[in-house]
Amino acid sequence: MTAQSIQRNAERSALGTIRHGLSLTPEFRKGLAGTLILAVVATIGKIIVPIAVQQTIDTGLKTGRPDLEYITTAVLICAAAVVVTALAGYLMNVRLYKATESSLATLRVRGFRHVHDLSVLTQNSERRGALVSRVTNDIDQISTFMQWGGLMIIVSLGQLFVATVLMFVYSWQLTLLVWACFIPLMIALPRFQRLLSRAYTLVRERTGDMLAAVSESVVGAAVIRAYASERRTGERIDTSVNANRSAQIRAQTIVGFVFPLTEIVAALAIAGIVLLGVRLGLSGDISQGQLVAFLFLVTLFVSPLQTATEVLNEAQNAVAGWRRILGVLDTPPDVADPGERGVELPRGPISVAFEDVHFAYPGGEPVLREITLEIPPRTRVAVVGETGSGKTTFAKLLTRLMDPVGGRVTVDGHDLREVRFSCLRERIVMVPQDGFLFDGTLADNIRYGKPSATDAEIELAMTELGLADWVEGLPAGLDTAVGQRGESLSAGERQLVALARAYLADPDLLLLDEATSAVDPATEVRLARALEGVTRGRTAVSIAHRLSTAEKADEVLVFDAGRLVQRGAHADLVKEPGVYADLHSSWVSAAHS
Amino acid sequence: MATKVTSAVMRQGLRVLGVAIRTEKAVFTLAVLSSAVYGGMTVASAWALGWATQNVVLPSFAEDRVADGALWTGTLLIIGTALLKAIGVAGRRILAGLLQYRMQARSRRDVTKQYLRLPLSWHHRHPTGQLLSNASADAEAAWAPLAPLPMAVGVIVMLITAAVAMILTDTVLAVVGFLIFPAIAVLNLVYQRKLSPLATRAQQLRAEVSEIAHESFDGALVVKTLGREDLETQRFLRRAHELRDANIAVGRVRGLFDPMLEALPTLGVLAVLAVGALRLSTSSIDAGDLVQVAYLFTLLSFPIRALGWVLAELPRSVVGWQRVQAVLDATGSMEYGSQDLASPTPAALEVRGVSYAYGQAEVLHDVTFDVPAGRTVALVGPTGSGKSTLVQLLVRLVDPTSGQVLLDGLDLREVAYGGIAESVALVPQQTFLFDDTVRGNVTLGGDVPDEDVWAALRLAQADGFVGRLPAGLDTRVGERGASLSGGQRQRVALARAVVRRPRLLILDDATSSVDPQVEAKILYGLRDAAEASTVVVVAYRMATIALADEVVYLDHGRVVDRGRHEELVTRCTGYRNLVTAYEREEAERAAIEAEPVTGPARLEDEEDQEEVSA
Ligand SMILES: Nc1ncnc2c1ncn2[C@@H]1O[C@H](COP(=O)(O)OP(=O)(O)OP(=O)(O)O)[C@@H](O)[C@H]1O
Ligand SMILES: Nc1ncnc2c1ncn2[C@@H]1O[C@H](COP(=O)(O)OP(=O)(O)OP(=O)(O)O)[C@@H](O)[C@H]1O
Ligand SMILES: [Mg+2]
Repeated sequence: MTAQSIQRNAERSALGTIRHGLSLTPEFRKGLAGTLILAVVATIGKIIVPIAVQQTIDTGLKTGRPDLEYITTAVLICAAAVVVTALAGYLMNVRLYKATESSLATLRVRGFRHVHDLSVLTQNSERRGALVSRVTNDIDQISTFMQWGGLMIIVSLGQLFVATVLMFVYSWQLTLLVWACFIPLMIALPRFQRLLSRAYTLVRERTGDMLAAVSESVVGAAVIRAYASERRTGERIDTSVNANRSAQIRAQTIVGFVFPLTEIVAALAIAGIVLLGVRLGLSGDISQGQLVAFLFLVTLFVSPLQTATEVLNEAQNAVAGWRRILGVLDTPPDVADPGERGVELPRGPISVAFEDVHFAYPGGEPVLREITLEIPPRTRVAVVGETGSGKTTFAKLLTRLMDPVGGRVTVDGHDLREVRFSCLRERIVMVPQDGFLFDGTLADNIRYGKPSATDAEIELAMTELGLADWVEGLPAGLDTAVGQRGESLSAGERQLVALARAYLADPDLLLLDEATSAVDPATEVRLARALEGVTRGRTAVSIAHRLSTAEKADEVLVFDAGRLVQRGAHADLVKEPGVYADLHSSWVSAAHS
Repeated sequence: MATKVTSAVMRQGLRVLGVAIRTEKAVFTLAVLSSAVYGGMTVASAWALGWATQNVVLPSFAEDRVADGALWTGTLLIIGTALLKAIGVAGRRILAGLLQYRMQARSRRDVTKQYLRLPLSWHHRHPTGQLLSNASADAEAAWAPLAPLPMAVGVIVMLITAAVAMILTDTVLAVVGFLIFPAIAVLNLVYQRKLSPLATRAQQLRAEVSEIAHESFDGALVVKTLGREDLETQRFLRRAHELRDANIAVGRVRGLFDPMLEALPTLGVLAVLAVGALRLSTSSIDAGDLVQVAYLFTLLSFPIRALGWVLAELPRSVVGWQRVQAVLDATGSMEYGSQDLASPTPAALEVRGVSYAYGQAEVLHDVTFDVPAGRTVALVGPTGSGKSTLVQLLVRLVDPTSGQVLLDGLDLREVAYGGIAESVALVPQQTFLFDDTVRGNVTLGGDVPDEDVWAALRLAQADGFVGRLPAGLDTRVGERGASLSGGQRQRVALARAVVRRPRLLILDDATSSVDPQVEAKILYGLRDAAEASTVVVVAYRMATIALADEVVYLDHGRVVDRGRHEELVTRCTGYRNLVTAYEREEAERAAIEAEPVTGPARLEDEEDQEEVSA
């Protein structure tokens, strides 16, 4: 099987995306009908003013002298209606926020979990920042839309609808006039929106470029200084910051031109109403109050159309955000946990076999070819070979971080693909080449190997590994903060912590991928011996360039250009001419010169 | 972290706005003028409507005939005011954008300039995530109030014009206005006071959620190999739920105040109708005046909220501005001298009584040694003894707390900018590759011919695999070089250093992921090619040490001994234990293997332990 990248989901239509997105968030749909009804009630509040004006002028002022009693009653009724609609608005908002936030929190967590369930290769097909966006910005975008844009669409359409109905009641001729004024604008809106959306897409791209450039100045601070490339980096950053600014200003300028168009159209409509209205008045088709009410009703057209481009744009962003998060959720984990159906292996010594395993990175040359081998329980195996010969790849297949392209890997006779992750990860643990640490204390990081471990257990583990002295020498002992990625420790110290973490996890097969490459020889020997004590009775696989590891292994696997070229005990291998003998002689000449 | 809109915050916020106004005087003035036009014309459009009602609509109904002159005047007034208003709106929006984005870009440029200028020790003290958000989110927040600012100024113009217009129309109706508008303003103020701490908290949580996701995805390999997906999900879920609750709290306040702010002007219009009817009955006003004031209320109710927007953004702005300012105010930027280091011969290095501390913890104490020109010195010491720290001082990534580093007799602090990089190249222990092509990573944008790049790659034993990459030198290596093996990454970093033909080459354990054969080839290649350089190499391997003319043995941040390898092995116990660890181990193993191993594994642990501590 080939590893995939995260799905783009571009083929799904906007409505399809939203429907699929909503189907994943049942919390949102629950009670949606009630929220919509409240929204309708809240919208009706918008036509209270025109009605009140019309009533005051037509009935209250009919006789020339104001009918104070009638006007007072009308005003009080309207005021009561205003309070009711405000209340409806409040309830609607609260329900909407609760529903959207709960459903989006669920979606966020699901997305996060799913990213972790994807294979390392799928994860690596995307920048880290982009993956993070999917569970942060993309979700926020959907949330803004649901709480503002989506609501605006409903409210705006409702507002246009009730205003039109009321206008029709007053005068169909003037209604047609108003619509005739606004329709060209409505037709033009999608065009403006496309323009705007292109402008905003550009802004987003430029922002991404800018952040990437800025982050280099921070993450690569040491390299930049060591090679005095501050000026060049600075120029690159300035260019990207300025490009971002220009894109933002361009987008803002488009908004600036589109936004006031509605005001002009509204003024035309109002002028038209006055011009046509007074003539209709002459023929008795309309009362003066109704005519004045029309002037107020036109204002109800302004805000929906003014915000329409931005609302449409947000809708588009939300759909894009949805696509991106659904893209993650729709990408099947290619290295999947068989879960309940999987086999559960009892704890104990573990045996591993590779049966004609092939592997190639996506789109690349084969990296491993025809690997067939078995590692019996309780053996200590060393893997050696030149850089790039495929050792780390072998380790990733053995721990099922990736699945082979051909052949299969088995543990205790079961295909790795059939073993439950919960069991697999407990029994086989790898310490990768670079010891990544989480921002926290030393103890936090070691405990990551076994979350239930007590402080005493951690101390014991450090003593067992012969690291107690080192811990004591640190400013705050086990409570020393390691910094982001462990950067407040030295490289070797980081590896010590990563090793202790795996050691505490107490697996049946421990795989070390150059896990002590930066540790000094004395400490390394001490560690190796401590580990040997514990790993006796378990299976251990270590990858190392320091051949001291190979010398004491039960079996040595020699890789060369993706093939397993030699295997056997160190004592036998050194005697036969071949890759191992060469590697060993250069090691020996190096170590004993 | 919740900041209330206290008067102190308010004052600071206004100061921040003052900075922007002073920096972008012209843009700000034009924006305010446009906004004033918009404000004035909003009131004028209500007046035009009132005029048209009184002089066109009502007479035509009363007299059953249309006065053409008045009709056209009314139409022109309505359209004219709308056009002017539209121009005001467009100007205000575009210029406000210009103001905001210019200031934003300025802050970003200044902040990153600081990042590049400040010494690495400053970077050590500040987490990466924080620095990134200073340049992005904080710079954005600092100038966020600039977007609604011109509008707010326009609204003030609008309110004053409206007040004048209302007083001129009818003082009693004006009183209704003077009651309602301050009420809206006060309600707005209460709203923002309630909202802003909640919004700040939500913002904070959003950043935390993002931080967790970042770290967790960064450490995905560890999470996977230990099967801690559930634990990570729990960690993320807790924060995501806090964020959800914070957002709902924001929603409650919004949900309460937004409808109230909408209802209040509507109630105002109703009050105008009631009071206006009373005034009509005493003939103090005419119906046109009534329509005008009512219309004014509908027009004003929305823009008046712009005042609230500015206030709402102020606390966030103050925090953002302070964070940006903290970076800009950071001192200790590296001062450069004016001396030139360039010379065709290898450099001589001298380290004189150097100490260095990370914060309070001193990790190098009074380190002294020298490397004569053209010599190779191996820096050896146990894990965490301070080798990498020392090496950073040699290329002046950081300055020593006390003592001096001299190159060709010149204190590094006296060397002109760029001078050190020209002469000295460091291959750091942690390989850092940019998300760029192989060529870009070797040349770092410098103008280097391809032959030289290939020559450097050959020296680093990297020409073979680079040649096999799909696009050769133009292959992108992925984020942090993810698509290369560990040893391949190291060799690209090595080529980056040698391509510059440095006079002093410093290798900090730079071949740890390379197999011994390749390492030997690299080192011999370097020795043959590097007759023109002095070399300082941090190493454990004997092959590397064997190349050195002299060894400096470092332990716990002190130079314990120095001399030729043969001397040190006999003289210095610590050094001997370190470099002969493998041999001794081998010998002991041979002895142990003579005895057969029996018994359960657990018991042996303890025996082993005793051996270790013995
Ligand atoms: N993510 C990846 N995408 C594409 N190619 C890769 C990827 N990771 C490794 N490779 C390639 O696969 C080959 C084997 O890599 P691997 O990491 O297994 O080597 P290795 O034997 O562990 O080397 P080292 O000793 O340097 O760690 C190399 O040529 C490398 O460039
Ligand atoms: N950024 C930092 N902040 C605080 N302490 C640090 C920082 N970097 C290193 N240290 C501490 O300073 C000491 C020396 O670290 P350094 O990296 O110089 O050691 P080293 O000799 O290079 O070790 P290694 O052989 O493991 O690379 C260590 O105890 C380490 O914990
Ligand atoms: Mg180091």
